[in-house]
Amino acid sequence: MKAWFAQHRAAMGSALRRLWATPLNTLLSLLVIAIALTLPAFGYVLLDNLRDMGGDPSGTQQMSLFMEVDASRKDVGEIESRLRQAASGKWRFVSKEEALKRLKSSEDMAEIVDSLPRNPLPDAFVVELTRTDPEALEVLRKEIAGWPKVAHVQLDSAWIKRLDAFLKLARLALWMLAGIFGAGLVAVTFNTIRLQVMAQAAEIELARIIGATDAFIRRPFYYFGALQGGLGGLVAAGLVFGGMALLAAPVADLAALYGTQYALRAPGAGEVIALAGMGALLGWLGAQLSVSLSLRKFD
Amino acid sequence: MIVASQLSKRYPGGYEALKDVSFEIPAGGLVFITGHSGAGKTTLIKLMASIERPTAGSLVVNGQNLSALRRSALPYVRRHLGLIFQDQKLLFDRSALDNVLLPLQIAGLPRREAVRRAQAALDKVGLLAREKAMPIALSGGEQQRLAIARAVVNRPAVLIADEPTGNLDEASAAEIMTLFADFNRVGVTVVIATHDRHWVEAGQPQVLQLDHGRLV
Repeated sequence: MKAWFAQHRAAMGSALRRLWATPLNTLLSLLVIAIALTLPAFGYVLLDNLRDMGGDPSGTQQMSLFMEVDASRKDVGEIESRLRQAASGKWRFVSKEEALKRLKSSEDMAEIVDSLPRNPLPDAFVVELTRTDPEALEVLRKEIAGWPKVAHVQLDSAWIKRLDAFLKLARLALWMLAGIFGAGLVAVTFNTIRLQVMAQAAEIELARIIGATDAFIRRPFYYFGALQGGLGGLVAAGLVFGGMALLAAPVADLAALYGTQYALRAPGAGEVIALAGMGALLGWLGAQLSVSLSLRKFD
Repeated sequence: MIVASQLSKRYPGGYEALKDVSFEIPAGGLVFITGHSGAGKTTLIKLMASIERPTAGSLVVNGQNLSALRRSALPYVRRHLGLIFQDQKLLFDRSALDNVLLPLQIAGLPRREAVRRAQAALDKVGLLAREKAMPIALSGGEQQRLAIARAVVNRPAVLIADEPTGNLDEASAAEIMTLFADFNRVGVTVVIATHDRHWVEAGQPQVLQLDHGRLV
């Protein structure tokens, strides 16, 4: 057990020394890996932020419930109690009188409203929904539309649906991008390790003859691939943070034009670790493929 | 102890390097394998070192039948053999000490213990003062002694050398042979392949003479 740990420590040490021994090569490889990881990672962060915006509760998931014009107070009370039961969020009752008063207060409308023989507006509820997924909202809308004396239920969900569809598409595109760049990372590691195996042919051949196991010979390369990939992941995280810092001011300006405040949410520690872990895993995979192929000629 | 019975090695393409070779080397023996070049000396050495496998017959080294071993068992057999090559196979990117350390790293020895033993092996071949030197800075004789230090650092029961004096001048070659005799005196079985009759005639060792793959 002790020997096993010592051998792993030695393999890791040798991998670090190899990374350190050729700083320029290492730097270039890290950059290539980092760039390959940065694009999907940055896309992920942006999508994540877009989804946050979609889930923003300020007035986006509103449902307007219009009663029949001849609905009585009692009918309104019934709907109120049903809404309470459904517990689907906060709601506000807008009586027909209130609605008319509001309409009157807007410019140009006062005269028209005054000329009406009677109030044409219905009682209404404005419901702010807690749920956001379009399918569930549609189910809720249909249910409420079936309640007594409800004339019309309008779900302001078209754009949520569109955003959702866009996010789905973007997520798919992101996965494809990640797949392609992930393969690129594996290829880069594959090539680096292949060159290393060639450069160390003498050592590998000798080690075999004097009793090294396959695991002993492969181990430093695995560590090298994983370390290189993991470090590349960290550099990629740095690039993502840098990109977000550059985007912060324009995003704030854009939000200000829409009269809101918005700040991009930066990736957390868990996401950085996941990125480094992904890099390490892909690097290890590249090393594994490369060593398996390159070592065949020593048999 | 090394026992070969009806050992044959045929290379892909049909060339038969060894034909029906049988012999027995007792534990603690000193044996020379001689013959013209192409007689099969190196092939026999490679079979004994488990670098290559016989195509027929059996070869038992240290109680292990090499022709019947699984591939995954070979590394552990090789660790109990000390191998010395004509071209030394030193690693030129590391110091003399690190060259000798390699077999111990492979065996998984703790660093401190490994360094102690590597220094002892270097001392035995008279190179302790040069432990930090790179192999390229060593003379031919010193390089061969370094290779011997690497071969004996694992304290093998069998030392196998292929033309260890091939590229050396007389004085250096004598030093090397003295070292082999020393190891043999403390009980190590020593097998040396050489075309140089000079060393064979000097003592009374067992001699395996090969001629076109056959023992004569």
